[in-house]
Formats: sequence, structure tokens, C-alpha cells
Amino acid sequence: MSQLEPSTEISGSDGVPPTDRRSFLTKVAAIVCGGLATLPPVAAGIWMFLDPLSRRGAAATFLPVTELSSVPDDGLPRQFAVVSDRVDAWTGFAAEPIGAVYLRREQGSNTVQALSATCPHAGCFVEIESQERFFRCPCHNSKFTFDGGMVAPSPSPRAMDDLECSVAKNGSIAVKWQNFYTGVAEKVARP
Amino acid sequence: MKRNQNLETGDRNRGAQTSAAPAGLFGQLADFFDDRTGYRALIHEALYERVPGGARWRYVWGSALVFAFMTQLITGLFLWSSYSASGQTAWESVYYIQHEMTGGWLLRGIHHVMAQAMVVLLALHLMQVVIDGAYRAPREVNFWLGLVLMMLVLGMALTGYLLPWDQKGYWATRVATNLASLVPVIGPALQQVVVGGPDYGHHTVTRFFAIHAGFLPATLVLMLVVHLSLFRKHGLCAKQPLLKPDAMFWPDQVLKDAVAMLAVMAVVLGVILMPCLRAMLEGRPIVLGELGAELGAPADPSQPYSAARPEWYFLFLFQFLKVFEGFGASGEFFGAIVVPGLVMGTMFLMPILGRWQLGHRFNIAFTLALLAGVGLLTAMAMNEDYAALWADRAAFADVEKVLEETENDKAKIATHCGNDAAKIAAFEARVKKLEKIRHSQSFLNAVAQAKADGARAIELAGRPERIPPAGMLELVRNDALSQGPKLFAQHCASCHAHLDPAAPEAAVGLAKASAANLHGFGTATWLRGLLDPKQVAGPAYFGNTAHKDDDMVNFVQNDLTDAATWKPAQIEAVIAAMAAEAGHPPAGATPAVIEEGRGLVADVDRCGSCHHFGKNEVALGSAPDLSGWGGREWLVGIIVDPTHERYYGTENDRMPSFGKADEAAAPMLTQQQIGLIADWLRSEWYRPALHGH
Repeated sequence: MSQLEPSTEISGSDGVPPTDRRSFLTKVAAIVCGGLATLPPVAAGIWMFLDPLSRRGAAATFLPVTELSSVPDDGLPRQFAVVSDRVDAWTGFAAEPIGAVYLRREQGSNTVQALSATCPHAGCFVEIESQERFFRCPCHNSKFTFDGGMVAPSPSPRAMDDLECSVAKNGSIAVKWQNFYTGVAEKVARP
Repeated sequence: MKRNQNLETGDRNRGAQTSAAPAGLFGQLADFFDDRTGYRALIHEALYERVPGGARWRYVWGSALVFAFMTQLITGLFLWSSYSASGQTAWESVYYIQHEMTGGWLLRGIHHVMAQAMVVLLALHLMQVVIDGAYRAPREVNFWLGLVLMMLVLGMALTGYLLPWDQKGYWATRVATNLASLVPVIGPALQQVVVGGPDYGHHTVTRFFAIHAGFLPATLVLMLVVHLSLFRKHGLCAKQPLLKPDAMFWPDQVLKDAVAMLAVMAVVLGVILMPCLRAMLEGRPIVLGELGAELGAPADPSQPYSAARPEWYFLFLFQFLKVFEGFGASGEFFGAIVVPGLVMGTMFLMPILGRWQLGHRFNIAFTLALLAGVGLLTAMAMNEDYAALWADRAAFADVEKVLEETENDKAKIATHCGNDAAKIAAFEARVKKLEKIRHSQSFLNAVAQAKADGARAIELAGRPERIPPAGMLELVRNDALSQGPKLFAQHCASCHAHLDPAAPEAAVGLAKASAANLHGFGTATWLRGLLDPKQVAGPAYFGNTAHKDDDMVNFVQNDLTDAATWKPAQIEAVIAAMAAEAGHPPAGATPAVIEEGRGLVADVDRCGSCHHFGKNEVALGSAPDLSGWGGREWLVGIIVDPTHERYYGTENDRMPSFGKADEAAAPMLTQQQIGLIADWLRSEWYRPALHGH
């Protein structure tokens, strides 16, 4: 093709780095325009993707769980569902089981101990090993006594999480429903 | 490939020179990767493409299209992260993206508007390729690839339309998939596979989503890679004559491409933000969720959707199909399958035809004619839909009058025109024009209704209780504000009016009604009319019913007008008491006044002489029970069974017992539907708090 004569226009790429101002400005302008054009979709995408950071879980509140009469005073923990209204993004669930607690009562006592069923190690559901009389987490074999204390050796960094628990005069038991960060020695509530 | 060897080697050398003199840590790192990947050569290969005759604006369309597609890829992936494909969550998740997630409106807006920009860019790119003859040897295969890419893009546009699972997408997709069933032999099976079963539902959404976000884009990316590498292999098809010396793709052509991309993005953002500007100028508050892409009411197969139209770039096909109306399935087959197939076929033949100068001219003429045809059909479709906006309907008032008087009876119209054939023909031509305006008006009404339904659904979705697990449709179906008027229109409006008496044209509608006007039923205003001697026998109350000469009319016209027994203040007290009974106590009424009114109503010498009320001993059956009158329970009761002794008993005038099942059939309306009508008549529906949630 006779038109393909080398010219000053392309000499910039011909062995020598382009030095003339026009070419430099063209490059900068091209990058700026291209960048500006690509910015809105990327920015809008990241903006929406980070939306979860602006969301907070439900505030920790006392939720009615059961009656005192349903927790025999034999020192053995029993599992109860925690029921609450729940909002999952756009869906509103009315009175749905949102988690589980273990309640136990010593003989003759009217105070109830409430333990979160969430293992403080990695968040699995801790189960009752009734024959061996302790709690065991099925994931990594963390063991806890029935009052939630650590049984060494255990992968769990801390004892089971106690939940605040109140017993009303009429015998109804309410538990302050909270989640805690797992894997750390300190018990820190999630926001 | 004719390349200038000097350029190639020259640049290779430059790469070698740079790596020989590393600039610090960064340079060393760059060398490390270049030695192992050869990325410098790749970038070089990508950027230093020869552009014969220098950079030109006419070459930007391809790059702009790639940019548009990349934008769709980016925004689409992010949208994917929040979209939930199922019949019960698609609308809900799109609502959440659009109205609740930060920046969701912008992300969805860019995706929606860029899709339309892409169709426009496709047309421009195609036109440029055809006019420049860029399909000629050796570029035939790349031209065919381009046509396949075009169909893929249109396929993405079609499948994306359904994903919000709103009325608009749902009904448009029903039409599109029904047309697919016209394909010979495999049609019905094809439709069933695409729809994901015999009916539209969860799997329609999941399949369309997989097609839209998986199959089609993956195919498109593959095709695009081949398209671009073939483009590079053949080099740019320069427009002759060359105006300037050759240049490299980078940076001259890249700058022009980047400016084009920026312009495309600016237009897209402009379209999204335009309503924002309008709102600012009109001093209205800006609601971000209303910007960008629309979201209609959730898909409901049980609700008609007369505003159904495909997206504007498919409007020409929609209009084209109308040409074949009246030819049945074979006509549709011809319009939807054969003609588009022939057009695509011709386009595939373009590179072959283009070998001859005449063929090339034919190709250009064909493309321009095609675009002109598309433009014309689109304009026709728009004109049919929006004619009422600019047509002068008042000019047809005489035609409307004649049609009403003659009840559109051919013989009567002929008589009206003096049996003059020319006059009849002229009249019928005007009737046709009027019909077009009427059709357009009903389309516009449907669009307005669709907008209102969509806005209401969004309002309901924002309730503090949120959307029930069964999905938005359940909420919409239980909403008195949106369902009440529809149920009333279907079941009540053949007799009852629901017209604000203060409205300018209420009189016309009231005269046509054959039962009481229920607008504001139970309010003091409504009661004041009932107890007005001039109105009680009028069309808004008993005038057009069997009760027009009955005791109540007689009482209002004769007893109430006797100021000795009924002082005006006492009548007002009765009005206040009954309005309070219905749950609409007038603003100024004190408890004492209401109590006085209750006494007067119960009084066996006054209202109580016929009506049971409160503790009075009047037996039911002589007149409607006034205890709880106008309340929800009372209203539900009368709709269920007006012949019950609590209401009109044997005196009931024509009103069906909507909620009473007889042995043979289920009731005409369910309890839930009756409740919705009652709630709507009582203006009881969800209203958002002023500041939302």
C-alpha cells in the first residue's frame, strides 16, 4: 500500500519515546476520557455492592422464650426456639424462629441460666451430649459443661456465651437475644 | 496482512531498550512480569495498530459498542449480586435494588439506558460498515459474525425485559414467547423449554436470567473475541480517499474512541438524570428511586395489562405484525418469522452481493430502506398509541353524538346521513378516525393506570412490615386502594356510580347510574345529600331505584322539611351521629352533638319509627338497620346479602347477594374481595407516613 509511508505522526513510536507535547496531551486526554467514561458504571456498582455496610441488625431486645414451668429444676439444659419478627432485606417474617437458646435451672432455684447455642469457636450449633453430660460442638469438638464452662482441651477460645435472662412474676422467661463475635477470647456483641 | 516491518521491529526494539534500563523497583517489577508473560508485547500489539489515513470519527462505532457491552457486563455483574431470580423474589429484589439499596437506582439506570444505547450504536455500526463496504472480501466472515453479535444483543435485550417480573415485562414476554411457538415443527416445544414449563413462573425467571446473564453474554464474548481478532487480522477498512498520513491506533484513534465513549456515557447519564433536572426546575423533591429504570406493578396473570408494549426498539416488529392482522396464525407466522428471516437472510448475503458495484449499491439501499421502514413502523406505532395527545377529539363531538343516538346501528346511521352513499362513507371515515383517537385514549389511560399501580406497589413495599414471604403480589391483591376500584368497576359500577358530585362532569355519569352514588358513602357530605329534599329523589340517591317513591324519600321531602319537628341543628346532629357511626365523624362535631343525634335516630317517633338503632326495640325488616351503619362490618354484610332482614329484606331492589353461596355455585365474590370493596368505599387503606421508613 503506497499510503503507508512512515510519517512524523508515527515517528513517536519508532524507536524513540514520544516527546512532542501534542502526542503526550493526546495520550493524557485519551486516558482521562476513557477513565471518565468507565467511572460511572464501576462507581455505581461498587456503591451498591457496599450497601450492606450501611445496614444494621435488629437491636438486642428481650424476647419471650417460654414459661418457668417448662424448665425443670434438674440442672439439665433444654433447647428452646427464640421466636421474633424478622426482616430479611425486603421480606418481613412474622413470629419466626430466629435462633435457639439452652435454658437450665438448678434444683429449687427460680433463676434461669440462658446459653446461646452458637459455639464461640466458629459459630456452629452446639449440641447436648446427654449420655456424657456435657455440650459438644459437632464441628470441631469443643466441649462445655452444662453451665457453659470450658472443658479443656478445647478449640473454643472462651466459655459458652451467657445471655441475659429475666423471669417475670408470672413465670414467663425472656432472653436478651444477641450474637457475639466468634473465635476471640473476649465476648463482644455484634452490632 | 500488509504491515510495515519497520514499525514492528522499531517498536520491539523500544521494548528491549526499556527493559535494559530498569527505573527503580517499579521498573524491575515490570521487567519481572514482562520476562514471564510478555505483556509489553501484548499491550504493544493491542495499541499499535495501523490506522491508514489517520484517526477518524467514523471509526469510533465499533469501539463505542465494545464499551457499551463492557458497561453492561460491569453493571450486570453488580446487579446480579443483588438480584434474586424467582417468581416470588424477582420483583421484590429489583424493588430493593431500585428503591432501598444505595446507588441501586443509578446502577440499574445505567444498565437499562445503556441497553437502549447499544441498540442505537448497533444500527450506526452496521450502517457504517455497509456504507463503507467493509463487508467485502476478506471481511465477509467478520460481517457475518457481526450479524450474529447483533442478534445476541437483541436477544439479551429481549430476555432482560422480563427479569424485573413486573406487569410490563411479563406481558411483553408472554407475547414474545407465544410468537416463538409459531416456529415450524419445534415451535411449541421451544416455547415450553424457554418458559420452563407449561406456564409462566419461577423457572421462566430463572431460565431467562440464565439466558440473559449466562448463555448469551458468554457466547457474545467468544464471538466478540473472534470478531475483534479478525478485525485486527484484516486491519481497519479505511474509508477512501485517505485524508491524512497513517497513524497508530494509540493514541490518536483511542482518543477519538474515548471521546465517543464519554459522549455515550454522558447521554446515558443525561437520560437517567433528566427527571431530576425537571423536578428541580419545578421545585419538586427528587426521589432517587424514581430515576433510571421504571418498575411497574408485580406480574399478575389475573390482571389485564392494556399498556403492554415491547421496548421501543422492538416497536417496529410489534407494528409490523399488525399489518398481518386478520390473516390468523399464518399471517402472524409470515410477519413474525418469514419476513424477519428473509431480511436477516438478505443481510447475510450482503458480502456476496457486494462483490458487484450494483450489489453494493443494493446493499446500501436495502440497509437505508430497512432503517427507514423501521423508523416508519416505529412512528406509526407511536402515532397509534399517542394520537389522542395531539388529536382534537372535540372536533368529533358531532360524530360521537350521532353514534350515541343511533346506537352505532348501520341502518340508523344511513337514515341520519339521508341514505346518501357519499355522506355515509364520509361519516364512516370520520368514525374510523374517532375510533383511532379512542383507542389511543384507552392506551394512554392504561399507561396512566399502570404507572399508578406501579407507584402504589412501591409504596406498599415500603411498609414497615415489609413484603410478606409469599411475595408482593399478595400485598397488591389485598390492597383496597388499587383493587377496590377494579372490583367496583367489575361488579358494582353497572348500577352504582362512584363520582364526586362536585366534579364538573359528574351529572352525566350520575344520570346513567341506576343506583346510589357511593362516592364518600358514610361521610357527612354524603348524608347531607341524602337528607336534602332536593337530592334524595335525585340520581345520586334513590332517584333511579325502586325506592324513589318509598317511605324514606317521602320522609325526607315531607317530615324533614317541617321545621317545627326537625330543627336544622337536629338534622345536623343526626348527620354527625350517623357519620360517626360509619367511622367518619365530622371534624366539628362534639360528643354532645353526636349523642344528641344518636338519640334522635333511635327515637321511635323519628328515624326509629322504621329503623332499628342502638337499643330501640324496632324489629329488623322494615328498613335497614342503622346500628353500625356504614362501618366495615355493615358494608360487608350488605354486599354479602342485601336481602338479609338487617338490610333491604324483601324490598331489595336488584342488588345481587354477592357473598351468598347457593347450592349450585360459589359466591360471586369472596369474603376477601368484599372486604376490599368495603375498605375502598370507606377510604381505608395503607398510607405511608410522611417521611417513609
